[in-house]
Amino acid sequence: MRHMFFSLLVGAALVLGGAAEAEDMGTIRLGAAVSLTGKYSSNGAFTRNGYDLAVKRINEEGGVTVRGKPYKLEIVYYDDESTPARGAQLVERLIQQDGVQYLLGPYSSGLTEAIAPVTEKYGVPMVEANGAAVSLFRKNYRYLFAVLSTTDQYLRGAVDLAAKVHDDPSKVRVAMAFENDPFSQDVREGVMEDTAKHGMKVVIDDKLPPELNDMSATLTKARVLKPDLLLLSGHDKGAALAVRQVADQRLNLPMMALTHCDSAQIAEKFGAAAEYTLCAAQWAPTLKYSDELFGSAADYAALYEETYGHPAPYQAAESSAAVQVFADAFERAGSLDPKAVRDALSATDMMTFYGPIKFDETGKNVSKPTVLFQVQGGSYVVVYPQEFAEADFIWPTPAWSDR
Amino acid sequence: MLDNLSLFFQYPSLAADVIVNGLLIGAIFALAAYGMALVWGVLNIVNVVQGELVVLGGYVTFLAVQAGLPPLLGFPLSAAVMFCVGWFIYRAIIFRVVDKDIFISILATFGLSILFQQLANAVFGSDVRTVDAGLGSLHLFDGTVTLSYVKLLAFLLALGAGLTLWLFLRHARLGQAIRATAQNPRAARILGIDTNRVYAMTYALNGALCGAAGSLAVMAWTIHPYIGLPYTVRSFMVVVVAGVGNVAGVVAAGLGLGALENVAGFVFGVEFQIAFVFGLMVVILVWRNAMAARKRSYLE
Repeated sequence: MRHMFFSLLVGAALVLGGAAEAEDMGTIRLGAAVSLTGKYSSNGAFTRNGYDLAVKRINEEGGVTVRGKPYKLEIVYYDDESTPARGAQLVERLIQQDGVQYLLGPYSSGLTEAIAPVTEKYGVPMVEANGAAVSLFRKNYRYLFAVLSTTDQYLRGAVDLAAKVHDDPSKVRVAMAFENDPFSQDVREGVMEDTAKHGMKVVIDDKLPPELNDMSATLTKARVLKPDLLLLSGHDKGAALAVRQVADQRLNLPMMALTHCDSAQIAEKFGAAAEYTLCAAQWAPTLKYSDELFGSAADYAALYEETYGHPAPYQAAESSAAVQVFADAFERAGSLDPKAVRDALSATDMMTFYGPIKFDETGKNVSKPTVLFQVQGGSYVVVYPQEFAEADFIWPTPAWSDR
Repeated sequence: MLDNLSLFFQYPSLAADVIVNGLLIGAIFALAAYGMALVWGVLNIVNVVQGELVVLGGYVTFLAVQAGLPPLLGFPLSAAVMFCVGWFIYRAIIFRVVDKDIFISILATFGLSILFQQLANAVFGSDVRTVDAGLGSLHLFDGTVTLSYVKLLAFLLALGAGLTLWLFLRHARLGQAIRATAQNPRAARILGIDTNRVYAMTYALNGALCGAAGSLAVMAWTIHPYIGLPYTVRSFMVVVVAGVGNVAGVVAAGLGLGALENVAGFVFGVEFQIAFVFGLMVVILVWRNAMAARKRSYLE
């Protein structure tokens, strides 16, 4: 509370100070409960950084203009401690006690699922950037909008690539290991659909526990069954373990595709062991998207790194984009009424440094593709989809004995 | 599940791989379990914070490697640092609960475990950490059985530590004092043993064992602030099976648990590996209870 009071005070001082140039500048308050402690604390911090960076840039550029009147953006934060119940509680508090009428999303699908019923109940529009579970968009929520691609898209590209490099896709043998949580199971659903379409044979289909600490059982099976492609998703720890243990066991896999390997920093932490790994991502600084606020994707990445001292993860980029979507909707709505803002949000059709954003009737962004990196020479290089590829996909991964 | 079982028969080397790897892992469990057995036997405390001490030991090695030290130096370093941490924990908290009801000590150590989880999360972040010892792997039988040298080393170090502990308890003055205190603290005090010091040393020794286990765990797998509980549960099970005053039994039970757990993980799927461990604990507790009841009725 004291902190909030202080920031209001500072906000007021800023408004007074800037009064000479912008007379009577109003403030639009957005609310967000993000994970600053608990198991999502690192990705929660990225989320917050992304929000803050966009707010800072928008305010520097004169804020948001609604019906000719300029407004500054401001975010009221709470820490949801990475627990869904706490998240829902805090959102209730943001809306009821703090009078916030527009919400930015938390980190992770699980927390978004906990919060969405609350925002829906009060008719408060929420733009979220870090909840991609397919199930979120099957509940006919009207006030939920997501700037990122849904989870089932993550590894479909890898299946597509495998189909392209093999002469006969139906001969491809696929091994899958997915954590038993909503996120990874959605990823699995997407690839199951595509492997079936190509007639590929699934030889391993393991579920990994949330307290995963060892995946040698799956890898041991892979050694005798010799799959052509390993698909794996288990957040940061899954990515780190997979890279680590495949190298330890010197398991030869012609192709391995993971989620979360950029946030797990596999190239930085594991060096040569991570080479040739494919990584699914929502966004990359090398993509050729741009907008007026941040410039190109590369400009955003440079600004982010300058501000926060570490490379820009996609979790931060999508969070910044969520704020941009709100700013755009305020201006088009010409009103601060939540209903009008909600309608403007649903009509969003804009280009950002993060990619094109356009929502379907369920609120998910349908116009942005996901990308695949491959670790080549210690850095993440986009190899898929074709139109954004910076380098050719190297296949097959050389055997350990030839490295 | 049946697919997995049939793989065992199609590829016998696979079974060898799974079992041998399980035995190697078991050595790390045994290490943490020695510590728990010591504290349980001497202080009569079920040390619920055991797993968090293991995780902290892992972080010590992780930090040492970050600072540029060779990973293998992390092993003695983790043990030494955690020895001091253990001593400090005893002096700050544990001494207050030594003679109290067992539930009080369980609550106290449970509280400590939450505190350490949150501290680790605040200080080191929730990221998954691992250390590459850079030792590579040993390949047997045409590459069908793979043993990473780290696990092999962990196995040898764990056995070495067990042997040292056994010799220490048997022959060293302090070791004898520890055993005497475990047998009868009052008599030990009368005979001039400073039991308070013995308690502190025992708890510190437990810290060192956990630190050593954590150092091996971070080299063999990964650690993060919330991975402590499975280590606590495994240690608890091993001690329940082997009994508190039985170093050889602890080693055997630890290795057995490792092998069993690995086979279960392979056959039922990794998702059920921890579930299997917890399930096994229930079975063992029920069995121990039944045995105790039988003994009681026999004595009556």
